[in-house]
This record gives sequence, structure tokens and C-alpha cells, in this order.
Amino acid sequence: MTSLRIEKHPVLNFPERKTVKFYFEGKEYQGFEGEPIAAALHAAGIKTLRHSPQKNRARGFFCAIGRCSSCIMEVDGQINTMTCITPLKEGMQVKMQKGHGHIKP
Amino acid sequence: MLKNDGIITPEELTPVLPPLARLEKGPVAIIECLQDIPCDPCVSACPTKAIKMKEGITDKPLLDFDACTGCGLCIPKCPGLAIFVINMKHTVGMATVSMSHELLPVPEKGQEVTALDRAGKVVGKVKVVRVINPPAYDRTAVVTVEVPADQVNNIRAIRV
Amino acid sequence: MSRNTEVFVIGGGPAGLSAAHVAAKLGAKTLLVDDSARVGGQLIKQTHRFFGSSNRDAGIRGITIADKLQQDIEEVADRLTVLENTAAVGFYHNKEAGILSQNAYERVTYQAAIVCTGATENSLTFENNDLPGIYGAGGVQTLMNVHGIKPGQKILMVGSGNIGLIVSYQLIQAGVEVVGLVEGMPTIGGYLVHASKIRRLGVPIHTSHTILKALGTESVEGAVLCRVDEKFQPVPNTEFEIKCDCICLAVGLTPLIDLFQQAQCRMVHVGELGGLVPLHDSSMRTTNPDIFVAGDASGIEEATTAILAGRIAGARAYETIHGKSADADAIVAEAREELRTLRSGSTGERIRWGRERVLKEAGEC
Repeated sequence: MTSLRIEKHPVLNFPERKTVKFYFEGKEYQGFEGEPIAAALHAAGIKTLRHSPQKNRARGFFCAIGRCSSCIMEVDGQINTMTCITPLKEGMQVKMQKGHGHIKP
Repeated sequence: MLKNDGIITPEELTPVLPPLARLEKGPVAIIECLQDIPCDPCVSACPTKAIKMKEGITDKPLLDFDACTGCGLCIPKCPGLAIFVINMKHTVGMATVSMSHELLPVPEKGQEVTALDRAGKVVGKVKVVRVINPPAYDRTAVVTVEVPADQVNNIRAIRV
Repeated sequence: MSRNTEVFVIGGGPAGLSAAHVAAKLGAKTLLVDDSARVGGQLIKQTHRFFGSSNRDAGIRGITIADKLQQDIEEVADRLTVLENTAAVGFYHNKEAGILSQNAYERVTYQAAIVCTGATENSLTFENNDLPGIYGAGGVQTLMNVHGIKPGQKILMVGSGNIGLIVSYQLIQAGVEVVGLVEGMPTIGGYLVHASKIRRLGVPIHTSHTILKALGTESVEGAVLCRVDEKFQPVPNTEFEIKCDCICLAVGLTPLIDLFQQAQCRMVHVGELGGLVPLHDSSMRTTNPDIFVAGDASGIEEATTAILAGRIAGARAYETIHGKSADADAIVAEAREELRTLRSGSTGERIRWGRERVLKEAGEC
């Protein structure tokens, strides 16, 4: 699959960033430190981030600015994390949230 | 028709085309801006003040073909990328078209590229004769291609 | 926890930044809050050159205008505090508001507030419109121009207003193939120079067409389009499929007006301005004398008009506190004249009509 990352752009300059490892559903992926988790997943070709609790419809990100809650996932054990505005860190464990997720007491 | 499909028809183009007598004198600008939108950077871009907007910034730009030297300084300034410079005095049977280019890759002088018409249809292969892309143009390169003379008002984009 | 300020600006897009800059420069103690990590509003995603007057940023790229506005506010840093990642969550009585940042809640007492909350994107109803790969234009621009990631390899654009046309061009610049643009009306909605730019690069513009459904189960794999008649009803037997892995919806914006309603400002519905807007006069003051509005929250328009309306609101908010000022008057007069010029001409007709209706309702004309 051709990468979705923009290497060169006629108008914009994307800064150099550090590559970090992270895990999605237990599998290892790479992304840039500090970019939104959903962006790193998208660049890796992962568009489905969870399924809707009632009708099991695929959900990906939508607004990209932390408003619509479409992109919520379980990140390092924390459910309802808005992955489109949460920065990626080395070693993060990202999982698809099952249903409404479970809040740890 | 322009407002239905974004493609200017020959009839719609006529008002902005210079007379044959002017075309035979050398390079001249063709400002394909046919709507009264609030916009005027072309006016201040022209060193000979050849572009005028009498009623104000929503006027369609009016080019004084005789005052125009075809320098092309207006090309990268137009936010709508709607200005072209054509030169019918290039060589026998061949003319040139200069246009904005804000895509990658930016071609090099001497390179062959694909010429497109206003509908995006391939017209043929053409040679790049000049590329100007200084910092002052703020990332809008001006590319000049050599075209058959009868295509000079048809070719309006390139694919590199 | 509580803060005290004179002018309280909510929203750090072009309107809010301009309002805060003017108020602080005139001498008011000013607080600006924005719920994003970075101020600049939609400008930070706009790579294209703006239209308008060369006297006011025409020909300059949106991203550069964002930098300029950022520099402007830094210049008045001694009187202007900017809080990013901070949302204004409501108005209390007695000129108090609540703000929430990370996990801290504070009260703000102010003397005049300028609300520049912008707009939200409209959605479109069609089968499977909830599939991953269907994004609003804002989402596409954020992914592409802020995060440097293509939203897909082949994209279908829905909507031929300026946003649909401009974002299509930006997608081509990012290396994405735009397989087509769909527009329900028989004519193109945005500036025709924008349409010509994408047409000559081979993007088909399907006017009098609509999208019936998106195809795919886990994400977009294609779309079904069809022709519509003058009543926007699908014409039978005109359906056709188009392959794409992404659909961008650019079908209009609606002003974000919750804070005004909560503050009990009188609202008026104006279709030409995008829906419900707070009733306001030519000083951008709402029916609540301490609350001003500027930018898309006052009616959907552009960044250039947002900047000018922000300047008017900033000047008048300053005067509400410090009394009449010749400098403030000069700023308002200049901005009003520029707005009048920008809105003249046939392309400004709808906006003029909408704006006049609001002023008439406010008793001004």
C-alpha cells in the first residue's frame, strides 16, 4: 500500500520528527512522536478505529479536532480517549474500544 | 458554460483576448477572470499600471493591451491563478504560454510535459522553455511552455 | 479560582485574534481563550492565497495571515493574556463566565465579552454516510495541511462552494486524486476561477447531481451518484458508480451560537448567513449590551470579513469600558468601509442581503 504520508508539498514544510514505536491491537506500528494517534493509525492504513455499540457500524475519525467523539479508543488502558487530539508517545498501547468501554474503578 | 462546468467557452473568452495586431507585437497577458469578485492584487502587481479596476475591487480587471509588456509579474500574484501570458512571436508556427504552477514536481527547462486544455483533456506533449520560481513568488512558480501557435489559447495547464 | 479582565474574547480565529489585538492596543486589559492547542482558527490550514484588497492581506496565503495575526497579538502581550486549550463553557449573570482548561475550572469576570466561536460544518444525509473515510472539509484540511497525511488516494468532493473548490485543489497539491466534484445546483457555487483551476487539471464537476450512497463496509470503497431535477429529486436511471476511498463533504457551515443563546441574546434566523445568528448592530453588539459578536458566529462569510468585524468589535468593546475614543472610531470607520467594498458586486449579493436583514431587525436601517 502506498503510504498516505505527504513526503513533499508545494507549499507546506512538514518538520522532521522522531519516529516512535506503538502498538495497535497488540501489533507493532511506527509513527511520529507527538502526532495525533488517529493520524499515525491513518498513515498506517488503519481507518476503522472502533464499532458503534448498538449496530456494530465501523467508526473512524471524522472532525479531526476533538469534537465529534467518533475516534475514541482505549489508550494505555484509558477508555474514551479522543485519538485525533491525543499525541502519540513511545510504547503506547492502543486498542479498539469494545462497546461503551469499561471504566476501571 | 463557465458557471455550469468551470470551462470558459470561446465566446466567454473573447472580451479578454487582445486583437490580432497586438498579438503580433509580442507577449501579452490574458486575464481569465470573468466574475466580479472582491479581489485586486493584479492591479498593484503590474509595473506599467496596465490593469485597471474602475469601480473598485469587485470590478472585473480590465487590461490595456497596449500598456501591457507581457512581463508576467502579474501571473504569480493572482489568487485565482487566472492569468496567463502568451507570446505569438516565439518562432515560426510556435508560440509560448506562461502559467502559474503550484504543484510538485516543478519541471525543469528543456523538460517535456503534457499539455492540458481548460477541460483537463490532453492536448499533446510540449517543451518547457522557462521556469521562474524565486522566493519573491512565494511558492507559485511561473512555467513557460512552447506550443503550436493554434493551441495558444487552448493550452492552460500542464501535467509534469 | 477566578480571573478578572476588562475585555474577554472567546475564540482565537481571525475574528477573535483581531478583536483582542485592537482592544489591547487601544489599552484594554484583555483575555483571549481558545479551545485548540494553537490559535489561528481555520487559517492555519489554508495554504491558498486570499482574495480581497491588496491593502489588507490579499494575495497572501492563509497560513501566512495566521502568522501575522500571531505576531500582532505578541506585540501587545503586556495587556493581552492568551489561554490555549481553554474552552469558555458558559455565561453567568453579573458579567461572569466559566472557562475550563485541561482539568481546571475558573471563573472570569469581565466588562465586555466578544464571542467569536466560528461555525460548524453541515452534514449530508445519504446511505452509509457514517462510514470511516467520510470527512468534512475541515477534517480533510487538518489531516492534510496540519498533520501531513493524505485523507485517501482517491477522493470524491461533495459541494462546489468555495470550500469544496479550494479543498479539491489543495488535495491535488497534496498528491491525492480528486475523482470528481458533485453539486446539487445547476451552477457552480464558488468563484469560477477556483472551478477553472481544478477543471483544467482534469477534475470533472458534476452539477445537478447528488450522492445517493457510499459503498463499503469497514470504510469507503466508492459512491453512487445520480442526476437531480430542478426540485433536487433524483432522476431515475441516472445512477452511476464512482470508485473512491474517501468522500469529503463541503456542504456549508452553520454559526456556533450556543453561548449567545445561553446569555439570552435575541437570535434571528437568516438563511443567507447560515442559520441562527445573534441579533447585532453595526458595532457588532448583541442585544446584551456587554456581549459582542464577530466572525462566522455572526454569519458565514470569510476570514477577511472576520478580521474586519473583529476589529470593529474590539474597538467598540474598548469604548464600552473606557468611553469614546477617536482612535477606536477611526478603526471602526476604516473597517466598515473595507467591509462595504468587499461585499459590493454581484458575488456579494447574498451576504449583503443577509447582513442588511440583521441590521434592519436591529433597528438600524
